[in-house]
Amino acid sequence: MLRFILNRLVLVIPTFIGISILSFGFIRLLPGDPVDVLSGEHSMSVQRHDELLHQFGLDRPIWQQYFEYLWRALNGDLGISLSNHHPVMQQFLQLFPATIELSICAMVIAIVLGVTLGMLAAARRDTWVDQLTMGGALVGYSMPIFWWGLLLIIVFAAGLHWFPVQGRMDLAIYFKPVTGFMLIDSLLSGQKGAFQSAVQHLVLPSVVLSTIPLAVIARQTRSAMLEVLNEDYVRTARAKGLREARVTAIHAFRNALIPVVTTIGLQVGTLLAGAVLTETIFSWPGIGKWMIDAIGHRDYTVVQGGLLMIAIVVMVVNLIVDLLYAFINPRIRVQ
Amino acid sequence: MADSASTEAPTETATPEVATSTEIAPIVSTRRFAALSEFWGYFSKNLGALIGLVVFALLILIAIFAPFVAPHDPDNQFRDFLLAPPVWQGGTWQFVLGTDPLGRDMLSRLIFGSRFSLLIGLIVVTGALFSGVILGLLAGYFRGWVDVVIMRIMDVILAFPSLLLALVLVAILGPGLVNAMIAIAIVLQPHFARLTRASVMAEKNREYVVSARLAGAGAIRLMLLTILPNCLAPLIVQATLSFSNAILEAAALGFLGMGAQPPTPEWGTMLADARQYILRAPWVVTFPGLCILVTVLAINLIGDGLRDALDPKLKRS
Repeated sequence: MLRFILNRLVLVIPTFIGISILSFGFIRLLPGDPVDVLSGEHSMSVQRHDELLHQFGLDRPIWQQYFEYLWRALNGDLGISLSNHHPVMQQFLQLFPATIELSICAMVIAIVLGVTLGMLAAARRDTWVDQLTMGGALVGYSMPIFWWGLLLIIVFAAGLHWFPVQGRMDLAIYFKPVTGFMLIDSLLSGQKGAFQSAVQHLVLPSVVLSTIPLAVIARQTRSAMLEVLNEDYVRTARAKGLREARVTAIHAFRNALIPVVTTIGLQVGTLLAGAVLTETIFSWPGIGKWMIDAIGHRDYTVVQGGLLMIAIVVMVVNLIVDLLYAFINPRIRVQ
Repeated sequence: MADSASTEAPTETATPEVATSTEIAPIVSTRRFAALSEFWGYFSKNLGALIGLVVFALLILIAIFAPFVAPHDPDNQFRDFLLAPPVWQGGTWQFVLGTDPLGRDMLSRLIFGSRFSLLIGLIVVTGALFSGVILGLLAGYFRGWVDVVIMRIMDVILAFPSLLLALVLVAILGPGLVNAMIAIAIVLQPHFARLTRASVMAEKNREYVVSARLAGAGAIRLMLLTILPNCLAPLIVQATLSFSNAILEAAALGFLGMGAQPPTPEWGTMLADARQYILRAPWVVTFPGLCILVTVLAINLIGDGLRDALDPKLKRS
């Protein structure tokens, strides 16, 4: 197992170097002079230009610039935002909990509903239950989620007034953030109605963000279950006279888990891409909206830093999924 | 079909040595026909796939004949009919699906919008398929450092959430439909490269490839004519999925203001323009999104049908 972990860790290094080169190259690939891009100043004098060129270190050889960038990034320094002059890393850490909270809620919905519906469809193969579930899953999989979010706002926020349209907390309620996770902070604050407000604000964005992962997980669970239900050990379990529910839920499901876990891991990238859209629609103050705003304001140090951090998050999650995969499936470990 | 394709390949590649091409050609073409009709047999049993195919065909016809089908010019602003509701909500038959905030006919804009979405899908998939297949062939055939370099680059691209990378690429290239398509093609092509590489590695040491090599076939001939035709099945399925992905991502970029620019009647861009009116005039938001959903759903239904018909493992079960 240790060797497997080490092998996996070694494989991460080239990907990390690639990610860092891409994010380093980003500012240099932008049209226009990098000094103009980084300073945000226009029509400056030649002297000022040279001064800034030296200040940004752009007069040094490119490899030297890269290693300096890498060294600073490894030490947690991603530069200063061009628009509000706060350190990029600090902003990222401040906003990231909002995205994690939303993503976790979406993932919980997607896994619970997706696995249940997938198992149900497999157990009732070729009946109307199966067809309805899989039809629904295909619609979910094809859904433009930015439109889906707007529809839910029209119906549940504007029409029925069940949920708020945007943000994370009612404006009338204020407390100092401790963890950055609204659900936890609202409980810690002890204010009446705070937790309820946090939950209400979370519902619509989580549902929207969970749509595609839910559909993918349901489809994958169904096909994994169908494959397993044909196996000999399932027939043996049935022959022993076990109840069908027990055969499906325990004997078959445990073995169908492996491909499902992989699928769940692969959804993390989808989730972060979806967060960009969901956060924009619901004005959710997370890193997705932060990135979109930064691109809109041409705040390129934020885009550069955010890009690097998001790629690192995806990379780390994929690594964890790989390790988890080996933990569930001993055959992988031996290879 | 994949099975029959691999059995016919040796005859095809060994042709120059074994027999003259005139003798073998009719056999190959009847086999192709048989494989095609077998494929159609499986595909047409899938009701969803057939529905998808019909809807998709209709969309293509609408896109081609847009100027004849659309009741109005998509850019014509009827100033007396700003945000007119659809006909069943008290609107007039002049604007069946109502008008947008500038008084343009929704139906006509949606009809012309189909041109953009289908064209985006087609161009992006062609670009991604072409570059991905070439990179995958090179990586899988030559292995060694070529493989390492290509696949590591693909890994890096895949490490970023696709929409985010596309957004950043558009920020570099500048907003616009063409740049959005380039960005999406770059983001989608690693999937083709990976698939091709995996298939090439599986096929490379099969007997028909070895015999073709012994017969003196060069690397390019082996890659393109001997191996590639036998890797097509998964690529076709992936191309279909990428087609719908490309449409979704282009619409998302349009929605975020980084794709097609107004007044282009691209569905995602139309949604972005209409966002502030969602409460006053829900139809300006509902219809463009519905068009995206129906198009993507139709293509995904076809994709599912193709996968079931082309996957020999599923066929037998």
